[in-house]
Amino acid sequence: MKDGKFITLGIETSCDETAAAITADGRQLLSSVISSQINIHTEFGGVVPEIASRKHLENINITIEKAMKDADVNPEDIDLVGVTYGPGLVGALIIGVAAAKSIAYALDIPLVGVNHMQGHIAAAYLEYPELEPPFMALIVSGGHTNIVNVPSYNTCVKLGETRDDAAGEAFDKIARVIGLGYPGGPKIDKAAKEGNKEAVAFKRVYLEPGSFDFSFSGLKTQALNYLNTEKQAGRKINVCDVAASFQEAVVEVLADKAIAAAVKYNQRRIVMAGGVASNTRLRELMTVKAAENGIEVLRPSPVLCTDNAAMMAVSAYYAYMNGECSDFDLDADPSLGF
Amino acid sequence: MIANDIEAGDVIALLGDLGTGKTALTGYIAEGLGVKENVSSPTFTIVKEYKSGRLPLYHYDVYRLSNGDELLDTGAEDYLSGEGVCIIEWADIVADVLPEESVIIKIEYGEKEDERIVTIEQ
Repeated sequence: MKDGKFITLGIETSCDETAAAITADGRQLLSSVISSQINIHTEFGGVVPEIASRKHLENINITIEKAMKDADVNPEDIDLVGVTYGPGLVGALIIGVAAAKSIAYALDIPLVGVNHMQGHIAAAYLEYPELEPPFMALIVSGGHTNIVNVPSYNTCVKLGETRDDAAGEAFDKIARVIGLGYPGGPKIDKAAKEGNKEAVAFKRVYLEPGSFDFSFSGLKTQALNYLNTEKQAGRKINVCDVAASFQEAVVEVLADKAIAAAVKYNQRRIVMAGGVASNTRLRELMTVKAAENGIEVLRPSPVLCTDNAAMMAVSAYYAYMNGECSDFDLDADPSLGF
Repeated sequence: MIANDIEAGDVIALLGDLGTGKTALTGYIAEGLGVKENVSSPTFTIVKEYKSGRLPLYHYDVYRLSNGDELLDTGAEDYLSGEGVCIIEWADIVADVLPEESVIIKIEYGEKEDERIVTIEQ
């Protein structure tokens, strides 16, 4: 406890980021440290991630210490440790889990293993202090594309997911092909602002009527075929037009399905999460289409949308308050579902 | 067909450009192995595990990596010599650390848009 407030330390190492954060009384953010070095990725020509176990190992202690220092919290102030135990990359996850277990053991405090996907949803609690379930959530990132019904703090029901590529992955791959480089999502977003979204008629993929699943692999192939045809015909490609048209085909389906899910399940609010939630066109389209249906869209700031440990601390807090606790057998579960 | 012949410890190296259908082919092999879950792209997570089939399936995509050492750094050694089957997309990137007896499946674009040429080397 610090100043009478319950202190949670959150740790996240599920993929590319080593992250640690401190919250007070659940959703008051005291510090959040993400050791991401996106400039290093770019130096090496693109998409080389810091996924290696040893990278997380090098970063973990420094990251946790900085989070405590930034929050002005001492080890004995910490009441709870929350850590991502899946889904993710096993070699990366085990570093965070081992660190969390050691801290919980040394300080003799409870430990809660948190689902990374639930963490993404919990990010909204930090941005919106008054927000309480129920609501619908749209999680869109490089690795995930999900529509999730959130009836309470500790339950989520997955309604749909991508059957092939994630939305952010589709952006990254097409960005690379049209020469925009890494990170693809923000580059496409920026280029699209200068382009005509109706220039190329990419087919929207909605799958079976009523399905909340996504498929972006066919759209990727459509774009590759278009680029190939143009190249063979000797025509110059307008990168901004392709970016705008491709982006529109992705975000339109995302927005339509998220809103259809909210309508079907009578939810008045949709929470956006994940890196692609920062896409300006997706935000715009979601807001417009949701308003037509009397639905409110909540969009946490970009730093809370991408992988971070603050959201894991919040998620751990609510799990603990619900009586959930992990023991020292907690193990990384790379393919953990909802 | 491929799924019937694979055994524990097998490594299948998938080669082919973006959009040729490497993930789709992996999905069919998974189905043949009796995997119940949907097989989606592991590009961002590097690897996804499926345990519901006849053998555990480890589906790798090393698109974001730059060499074999990086693959081993993710803890791949246990998977490569494990009790399951590894299918590795963009395997040419990590060719230096793949077992010699890996099966190589090459997918290339055909002349028509939806045509693919598949070559299998054992």
